[in-house]
Amino acid sequence: MKVTIDNITIDVEPGTTIMNAARQIGPHIAPPAMCYYEPLKASGGKCRGCLVKVTAGSEKDPRPMPKLVPSCITQVQDGMIVENTINEQVLETRKGIVEFLLLNHPLDCPVCDQAGECHLQDFSFEHGVSKTRTVEERNTFEPVDLGPYIKLNMNRCILCYRCVYTADQITDGRVHGVMHRGDHAEISTYIEKAIDNDFSGNVIDVCPVGALTDKTYRFKSRVWFSKPEDASCSCGKCSGKVTLWYRGDEVIRVTARKNEWGEVKEFICNTCRFERKKTSDWTLEGPTKIARNSVISANKYGASTIKPAFPLQQAAEQYKKIDDSRDRSFLAPQKQLN
Amino acid sequence: MKILTEHIDVQGIETIDVFRKHGGYAAVEKALKKMTPDEVTEEVKKSGLRGRGGAGFPMGMKWSFLAKPEGIPRYLVCNADESEPGTFKDHYLMMKSPHTLIEGMIVSSYALGANTSYIYIRGELMYVATILEKAIQEARDKGLLGKNILGSGYDLDLHVQLGGGAYICGEETALLESLEGKRGNPRNKPPFPAVKGLWQCPTVVNNVESIAATSWIVNNGGDEYAKIGIGRSTGTKLISVSGHVRKPGVYELPLGITVEDFIYADEWCGGIRDGHKLKAVVAGGSSVPILPAELILKTTNGENRLMSYESLSDGGFATGTMLGSGGFVVMDETTCIVHNTLTFGRFYHHESCGQCSPCREGTGWMDKVLYRIEHGQGRQEDIDLLVDVAKKIEGNTICPLGDAAAWPVAAAIRHFRDEFEWHINHPEKATQKGAVFMREGASWSL
Ligand SMILES: Cc1cc2nc3c(=O)[nH]c(=O)nc-3n(C[C@H](O)[C@H](O)[C@H](O)COP(=O)(O)O)c2cc1C
Ligand code: SF4
Ligand code: SF4
Ligand code: FES
Repeated sequence: MKVTIDNITIDVEPGTTIMNAARQIGPHIAPPAMCYYEPLKASGGKCRGCLVKVTAGSEKDPRPMPKLVPSCITQVQDGMIVENTINEQVLETRKGIVEFLLLNHPLDCPVCDQAGECHLQDFSFEHGVSKTRTVEERNTFEPVDLGPYIKLNMNRCILCYRCVYTADQITDGRVHGVMHRGDHAEISTYIEKAIDNDFSGNVIDVCPVGALTDKTYRFKSRVWFSKPEDASCSCGKCSGKVTLWYRGDEVIRVTARKNEWGEVKEFICNTCRFERKKTSDWTLEGPTKIARNSVISANKYGASTIKPAFPLQQAAEQYKKIDDSRDRSFLAPQKQLN
Repeated sequence: MKILTEHIDVQGIETIDVFRKHGGYAAVEKALKKMTPDEVTEEVKKSGLRGRGGAGFPMGMKWSFLAKPEGIPRYLVCNADESEPGTFKDHYLMMKSPHTLIEGMIVSSYALGANTSYIYIRGELMYVATILEKAIQEARDKGLLGKNILGSGYDLDLHVQLGGGAYICGEETALLESLEGKRGNPRNKPPFPAVKGLWQCPTVVNNVESIAATSWIVNNGGDEYAKIGIGRSTGTKLISVSGHVRKPGVYELPLGITVEDFIYADEWCGGIRDGHKLKAVVAGGSSVPILPAELILKTTNGENRLMSYESLSDGGFATGTMLGSGGFVVMDETTCIVHNTLTFGRFYHHESCGQCSPCREGTGWMDKVLYRIEHGQGRQEDIDLLVDVAKKIEGNTICPLGDAAAWPVAAAIRHFRDEFEWHINHPEKATQKGAVFMREGASWSL
């Protein structure tokens, strides 16, 4: 099947979604995915960050689709023409989605463990505007413990449902879901029942933001000060393929391995994640590949990993001046920058 | 011309004997004994009957989309969730004449080849569910439900399921999720229910009033039905009227009478309450755009506006609205449009399921901004902000609740912008109890 995305034509298998076709072309064409998670069945369609314009439905029926469509769950048709990064309406709508996602977000990146590997940060950097239009009070929730290993900070949650699908699909005896409706909906384990399940820790990895964090790692380090190494062990419960995050010689965190779209293909067990924190527990396989435009790669590994041309070009294209047009007269006594 | 409510005030019509004495269940006899399922569907197609739940989709066409793979059950689900503010017609019909719905359910299930059907009714209507259960038991005792109905070889089980108190469970796919015992989140479409509905089987979801009308169509023929009404708006429609008219209530009217007649004629609403004047109307339930008096009575071409799908939507959203679910809310000059918009905004904020970000966050945002304006803390830029937020929600969500939340806000500002500005510019006056803005020269101004 032939599909054209942003003027690039590619051949894909029938049944491929627009998102996956675009990913085959490359990261500069792929729409952002805040809720879609390829390994999780039924994920996607919720955040609406990946909406694209279909200007021709198919070769047979070349009419445009009336509304923007979620690329992550819309299958391509032969001869479909899609506009993503070149369509004004798409980009304008995406600005709106960022704004919606940040509306009740606490913007507490400085104290959030996810900062530096947060998809919401990336999404808002790439597609958002630097000014806020809201003056309303934000909705807040108290952080809660989901069992001994996981902290839930609902303020940061974007209700992508990834953790719900993870709990549904890879752990038995689901005790994790969404309660209430609308912007007062919250992730919950019902009566704050502990998630005691060998694979529960994976909800931390699938969470695109800092809503679900690893209590054994909390506040230990900023992610860009740590060094990721791929490692494995012969574990009876899972594949044993992990990423170890080092600060100096100390393993401060263990996560599953993520691919270039930030997705975990092989989920790991809680023993590997929370209990094997000595180098001697593992066979090291070498530094984890980290995209050069990620802050995690700052000052690491020389130039050996990914060729810098593309990320640098992307960074240059996307560089935005900070909008500092607000009234700063109250800063008068201090020395103003610039 | 009355089809659904002809005998509704007959003493004891809720019992099967009285109902049958007035011609009840004739359609079941006729359909099951003398017609094939396809013939029933054909009559419904000919009737031009359009879905009465809000969208007005032709019912016969919807039925013909139903997938019919061998060996897989099909379902008919009756949408009796009726939670749209201003709409209370299904409630009235089921409460007073439950057998009207049950007869329609049997005929429609037969046409679709469904052997199990459901009536999903909003949880707050527990007592109506009891009325329906009792009527179903009566029908079962008379051999009108269950195995081999009236010796025709057709089997049908009919169940009543109560909802849990969520407006969103009226959206057909959320309803199906809820019926399956899950959280009522709307599904992404495609696949549509006609292909993968209840328990992933082909399913038709129809409104109470749509289903109830099929009995008359079977008895009298689709062509007869199509003679009632006007153009593509065939048949009769139940309209639930609330607000500042002399005679609020539920009316069955032939589509095509003028709005003016409907509001002012003694046969219908009997005019605006004494000493007051018509200011605005929400014609089809809280989701449809509000129109000021001059636009609800006449289209921009100067034609009389009619109670029909086409006439009410004449002019698009710029100057028109929709027939929607038939919740007709009439407001006189004492109604503050900002306050009314806040009431609707708060409702959608409360009822959004929260799955998709534009609706989840946007409804809350609009509610908060409207609250500020209503309470004297509006800023000039808030009006355009509301318009923009509504625009960013509309069309970008999983289900139409997002649109339904955006339209009333956008329309209120479109037609009553001066009222919002007055609230912002004169917060002290506007926040006084009962204070309402009077537009200079408007037909409703005192
Ligand atoms: C938020 C929302 C609420 C709805 N509530 C109802 C309802 O209470 N009753 C109803 O019949 N249709 C309701 N609908 C429309 C249904 O989704 C569906 O279109 C209808 O039941 C189809 O029946 P019809 O073709 O007979 O109109 C609602 C739709 C939305 C988006
Ligand atoms: S907690 Fe994280 S993974 Fe779960 S719904 Fe919220 S943002 Fe998504
Ligand atoms: S539009 Fe609103 S109600 Fe509908 S699925 Fe999205 S969040 Fe839920
Ligand atoms: S990634 Fe497609 S809607 Fe969220």
